[in-house]
Amino acid sequence: MHIPDGFINAPTSLAAGAAAAGGVGVSLRRAARTLQDRQAPLAGLVAAYIFAVQMLNFPVAAGTSGHLLGGLLAAVLVGPWAGALCVSVVLVVQALLFADGGLSALGLNIVNMALVTAWGGYAVFLLLRRVLPATRASVTAAAGVAAGVSVVLASVAFVVEYAIGGTGGAPVAAVAGAMVGVHTLIGIGEGIITALTVAAVLAVRPDLVHGAADLRTPLVLDAEPSEVAGEVR
Amino acid sequence: MRSNLRLFLLGGLLVALGLAMLVSGFASSAPDGLNKVAEDHGIAGYAKAHLFENGPLAGYAVKGVGNDRVGTAISGLIGVLVTFGIGLALFALLRAMRPGSGGGKDAAPTRAP
Repeated sequence: MHIPDGFINAPTSLAAGAAAAGGVGVSLRRAARTLQDRQAPLAGLVAAYIFAVQMLNFPVAAGTSGHLLGGLLAAVLVGPWAGALCVSVVLVVQALLFADGGLSALGLNIVNMALVTAWGGYAVFLLLRRVLPATRASVTAAAGVAAGVSVVLASVAFVVEYAIGGTGGAPVAAVAGAMVGVHTLIGIGEGIITALTVAAVLAVRPDLVHGAADLRTPLVLDAEPSEVAGEVR
Repeated sequence: MRSNLRLFLLGGLLVALGLAMLVSGFASSAPDGLNKVAEDHGIAGYAKAHLFENGPLAGYAVKGVGNDRVGTAISGLIGVLVTFGIGLALFALLRAMRPGSGGGKDAAPTRAP
């Protein structure tokens, strides 16, 4: 879903760049305040893992593929603020080293694939957690469904950007239908990969999963006082 | 717990490397959803060349490496390690800068009075 240079005009790209910078700034401040000590290295790993899985395009329909976006996965593992930063790091590396995603479109891509998926997807995840029972299985299921929804949200974000400043003059309604349709299919893949990954981490180190922090039993003896202190401003 | 976390990180990194270097060779080369929609709706032709399209790793290939599989694997290796390195540095920095009641010194655990 990496937008190349030229699909969206310069003013819109510039505005998205400003929005992305603002969103990354907010994420930096919030993550600095809330990221737990042991989650900092995990966040680095999450970024590397997302880079890897984004290379794995899976077929979704005739002549079309999709790949993980990873924003919701990152948000469930390390929280929405650090999660948005993880995907932003991936997008910057892809644009600069691999010529994947236009430089002028970097803001658009960060908005769509990092901010919308991590924040929007996480809001969906929290809603699902509220209605589902408080179990690990629920965390996995909520992550999978929210991940799928996050891909559709990202495709809607592109449609909005195309409606504001798209090139080529394609009818917005047609682009919207095609984008949401194909990304609903890609979202299924995103949901499966996300659920599998969250389930794997929950099985090995449940204490590292931000989105399951409320399930932590009081039996955990190594709670760090600094983490508590860090929350108090 | 600390060493266990290191083991977890190492295992996770190996999984990421395996996916990026080995499994990536089996990835679909069909256009992704956005590019397919762009092709179908006459937008694709408006794409401009990437400023770094001639970069040594552009398009997840490696300049001078003829074998696509090998090029992708090397790209995956470099990409995972670079992303991991930047991520580790960024989040370590964020943690060190944690705003508290007066700067980085207070970010250290204060277990005893």
